[in-house]
Amino acid sequence: MTEPIRFSLNGCAVEARCRADMTVLEWLRLEALLRGTKEGCAEGDCGACSVLLKRPDPRGRSAFQAANSCIMLMGQLDGASLVTVEGLAAMRTGAQSGHPVQLAMEENGSSQCGFCTPGIVSALAGLLDRQSGSEDADHTLAEDDIHDALAGNLCRCTGYRPIVEAACAAASQQIAPLPDHPVGSPNAVTGEDSSQMLHPATLDELLALLRQHTDATLLAGGTDISLDVAHARARWERVISTRNVTELRNISENADVLTLGAAVTWQEALPFVAEHWPSFATLIRRFGSTQIRSMGTVAGNLATSSPIGDGAPALLALGASLRLASSQDERTLPLDDFFLDYRKNALRPGEIIKAIHIPLTGSELDERRHAAFRVYKLSKRYDQDISTVCGAFSLAFEGDRVAGARIAFGGMAATPMRCTAAADALLGKPLDGATISAAKAAIAGTFKPMSDMRGSAAYRAMAAANLVDRLAHDLSGETVEVMAL
Amino acid sequence: MNIQSKPPVAAQKLDAETRIVGHDHVHDSASRHVRGQAVYIDDMPDLPGTLHCAPVLSNVAHGKILNIDFDKARASEGVVDVLLASDIPGKNEVAPIFADEPFLAEGKVEHVGQIVGLVVADTLAHALQAARKVVVDIEELTPCFDEAEAFEAQSRTLPDQHLKRGDAQQAIEAAARRLTGRVKMGGQDHFYLEAHTAHAFPGEAGDMTVWSSTQHPTEVQVHVAMLLGVKSHKVDVKCRRMGGAFGGKESQATIIAGLAALAAHATGQPCRFRMRRDDDMAATGKRHGYTINYDVGFDETGRIHGLKVEALAHSGHVADLTGPVIARTLTHLDNCYHIEHADFLGFAAKTNTVSNTAFRGFGGPQGMVAIEAIIDDIARSLGRDAQDIRAANYYGAETGSETPYGQSVFVGDELAHDNPLRNVIERVTSNARWDEKRTQIEAFNAKRGVLRKGLAMMPVKFGISFNLTTLNQGGALVHVYMDGSVHLNHGGTEMGQGLNTKVAQVVAEVFGIPLGDVQITPSDTGKVPNTSATAASSGSDLNGMAAFNAASEIKARMLDVACEHFDAMPSDIDFRDGQVVCGDRSISFGTLAKYCWMKRISLSAEGFYATPKIHWDGKTMKGRPFFYFTYGAAVAEVVIDTLTGENRCLSVDIVQDCGKSLNPVIDLGQIEGAFVQGMGWLTCEELWWDEKGRLRTVGPSTYKIPGSRDVPPVFNVELLENRPNPEETVYRSKAVGEPPLMLSIAVWLALRDAVSSLSGHRLAAALDAPATPERVLFAVEDMKERAGELI
Repeated sequence: MTEPIRFSLNGCAVEARCRADMTVLEWLRLEALLRGTKEGCAEGDCGACSVLLKRPDPRGRSAFQAANSCIMLMGQLDGASLVTVEGLAAMRTGAQSGHPVQLAMEENGSSQCGFCTPGIVSALAGLLDRQSGSEDADHTLAEDDIHDALAGNLCRCTGYRPIVEAACAAASQQIAPLPDHPVGSPNAVTGEDSSQMLHPATLDELLALLRQHTDATLLAGGTDISLDVAHARARWERVISTRNVTELRNISENADVLTLGAAVTWQEALPFVAEHWPSFATLIRRFGSTQIRSMGTVAGNLATSSPIGDGAPALLALGASLRLASSQDERTLPLDDFFLDYRKNALRPGEIIKAIHIPLTGSELDERRHAAFRVYKLSKRYDQDISTVCGAFSLAFEGDRVAGARIAFGGMAATPMRCTAAADALLGKPLDGATISAAKAAIAGTFKPMSDMRGSAAYRAMAAANLVDRLAHDLSGETVEVMAL
Repeated sequence: MNIQSKPPVAAQKLDAETRIVGHDHVHDSASRHVRGQAVYIDDMPDLPGTLHCAPVLSNVAHGKILNIDFDKARASEGVVDVLLASDIPGKNEVAPIFADEPFLAEGKVEHVGQIVGLVVADTLAHALQAARKVVVDIEELTPCFDEAEAFEAQSRTLPDQHLKRGDAQQAIEAAARRLTGRVKMGGQDHFYLEAHTAHAFPGEAGDMTVWSSTQHPTEVQVHVAMLLGVKSHKVDVKCRRMGGAFGGKESQATIIAGLAALAAHATGQPCRFRMRRDDDMAATGKRHGYTINYDVGFDETGRIHGLKVEALAHSGHVADLTGPVIARTLTHLDNCYHIEHADFLGFAAKTNTVSNTAFRGFGGPQGMVAIEAIIDDIARSLGRDAQDIRAANYYGAETGSETPYGQSVFVGDELAHDNPLRNVIERVTSNARWDEKRTQIEAFNAKRGVLRKGLAMMPVKFGISFNLTTLNQGGALVHVYMDGSVHLNHGGTEMGQGLNTKVAQVVAEVFGIPLGDVQITPSDTGKVPNTSATAASSGSDLNGMAAFNAASEIKARMLDVACEHFDAMPSDIDFRDGQVVCGDRSISFGTLAKYCWMKRISLSAEGFYATPKIHWDGKTMKGRPFFYFTYGAAVAEVVIDTLTGENRCLSVDIVQDCGKSLNPVIDLGQIEGAFVQGMGWLTCEELWWDEKGRLRTVGPSTYKIPGSRDVPPVFNVELLENRPNPEETVYRSKAVGEPPLMLSIAVWLALRDAVSSLSGHRLAAALDAPATPERVLFAVEDMKERAGELI
């Protein structure tokens, strides 16, 4: 039985009877006639379509997050709460109508053409909602927090200064809760018969559905594959969502390993990663945008098997492994063995990623032994860009000598790949000029990168090798990144 | 109608103390922008039967069309029609100047992304799906993608332009020093957030109403009429606002609007045509990339004696606006410097890429990048600071004050007492604490770390007016209603720049009424006809003055009635704060309007304005093309990573001359926005084509415009104070739309400075634009190779 899609829209319970693969943006503009939300790019990169989404969370940490409605499917709204710019405009702030961000932006000359504005309002309202709901009440908003929140929103007119200022001004105000009318957990099958979304609640259910519907589309965050729908290249009759599968939402940690369930989003993983690998956390903050990270999953990033996939080089260097599951069996595969070729991986038909295991190695093992992890992303723009080259280095030292090394790169081959030759060149040696040269030569010998719009083969080769130099300078305490100034 | 030879504007009115003009007013739509209530064309409600269009694009750069098979597309779900060039009832012609560009390809294709056909369907998704099913059979011909290659082959889209003064060749040969060089710069996508959109409504008897996201409603009107084979009076074109334009909707919007009208004509139903982002970026023009070759002769002080330049503009497959773009390049190659012997050649390279078009600055930025690169190269070759070379060449009493095209730079006593160029430069170097910064940067670089810093100053002189004198006209229509509220319409268009707000301020100022009593209405060819594009930074100069004239005319009539009412002289009566005041008596503005109506006095007027004093001979490239110049200067500090080429602007100081600003907060927004946009052009924004001529940067995932974190953390902007425009512009203001974009060249120059620092500033950086991490790293490597021992 296909049920309508139930969700809260601007504080009202709604039942939508529509294709599950219709984009939320299309539904808002064509069905709900809420045309404040705009289409700028239909690829989740400009943020004009940003809305606020709150989805049920097993750990009870549910919060509104900005998300891109252009690549979000109606089926994903099941059981969720959605707030659009119109919903924010209906809020009251003192005697005025509108969210404090809207009022501050209006007063501060923060809009020119105004087309990006509703998306920017949504992104900032999301930031302030999290801020006001934060347990750490003393935490004041830093400019960097605002840039993090705006990384997924492009403005071509203003130069951003008046927008950032408006965010600061609004942050100092009392902010009412966003309009919400929780509708309960989703039904098992929603949408309409020609396009439905299945919401299994357990891993067994999910695997059984996959066996039953071999032609179904498996959807985690959809920040990659839903572009096909947004561009009208694909229509899906049946989509199986991983989102509500309890086992896949788990994040657990013991002395040896951090485990991320396959439905864990980047945003959810971030605080756990930050605890152990600050450099990885910095990379995650540059991964897509708040909008993308609130939907996109770590496992999905691996499963798409892009040659770049920013998560992959870091996880390869950290020695991560994958727990894979099908209705027949489960197995563990080192991430090293997962990527087979351009956008090809070792998943068998009916098999999914269940969890990602990242081994924990303390950074200070003892006085003589210590470990270091660094991941460096090179791109044309700092925020929300795809790497030209991404290099990850996980080193263990005994005294000044390298006692263990795992090095991996993205953007240098058809898949993200380790460079064992470079790691071998470092082993047993101090990070001096000769060692660095040997490691650089090993990188040059390992990779034959390609030229594309992100960079030429020559640039990729040179910059990747130079990251070894950067590593050495970085570990010596020198400031090595322009953003640090 | 006002007669242009007898300016109706009394100078003292423009100089009077103002209550609304000159003060901060936020954008008229700000309250609706932030609430999602500002209606863009795609937000307009659908009438029943509304259809949607999707384009069929060429995937071949150059070839003969052998066959177009659209049977599958026609049979596709929801499809109503598939339109080709043969379906056009009138002329298949969309070029703004020359007749060289079809709406729909006919017989041949000349770039990947050229529009070959149009699918019309019940939904956008159906139209897009069907468009992919059209099979275009093309016999491929040899393409050309590079402007230098086209120059070699002498393949051009329009005749060369040549700006000459004196004998450059002789001066160069006679000079003590000589340098030759070449600088290349990429194009730029406009990346307006609202992609091209039009909505066409067929009417009765062949009428057509087109809502178009256009900077140029009249051009849309003219071309839609030609396309449909009717006269202009059958077509009405409207636009309330655009979601950004930046020049990208000057001529290009006509393509989209025309095709929407064609679909509406063919089906008899309302038709929407909204380009998807990737189609928009593939099918519509961008800023011109340039290759500029130079040969310069100078002396030991760095004073330029003669300069020869070949400016090769990447025109694309047809001319579009490349002619006037080149004219602006050639007339801005001098920037702020007096060049006695000049020989500037402009060449429009025909390439098999989308035809490039207007973009904020309109060729000016490319000319300025070239001259600043030349200054930089001269400085390094002499081992001097570029600031010294600039100082040796600035327009002034010791050098000269006439541009190579024969216009005097300074007005009145500017040269003797109040040199605006010197003012902005002195102010900005002082604000930026130039010397202190230079010392700090030298100390930072002396640590010989991975990161190196650079510093540069960029002065800008920009000519205001369209080069082509004819275009410098504006119109407005003003009605005063019986309750004293005012309906305002003018010939300009609103793209976010705040033009409507400024023009409404002018009208409110004239009538002495609150700004909220002036209703802004959509641009409409049925209200103000025969308009020029809202372009060349001229929107408020032209339309503001036209509205001033219209309102002044109505006010004069109302004043007569007021004199009668109060039994007083005109000089005794003041219009202010919504009141008409005479001594201690007053009536409301609305009451006076009612009295006028009762006395059968017209409360409606059209206003017209033609910029005085200007003239231009396009053949000899001489005259006074610009009513006035605006000035600005910027100091930028940057840091580069010598291992990866990553770079960042750390601080910028700007001083911009806005005359007596009509609205400082809006002008500030223009300055900041233009600077960041220009910085994007010169750093992170890169157009990248593959070997087949396919643009592969057709969305924000691959084409990277600046984000909020890219804005310099220190960003100080100052409007030059107490500088009313010496010319009689509207309330003595100056144009602001384009000039500050060129201030961003400071960032590119500072990056060159950072690279050059590796040689102790002995060698010039081999750095083209955009200065992506890749180009910066290669420039660093090149510097290491040439400099030997690094500093």
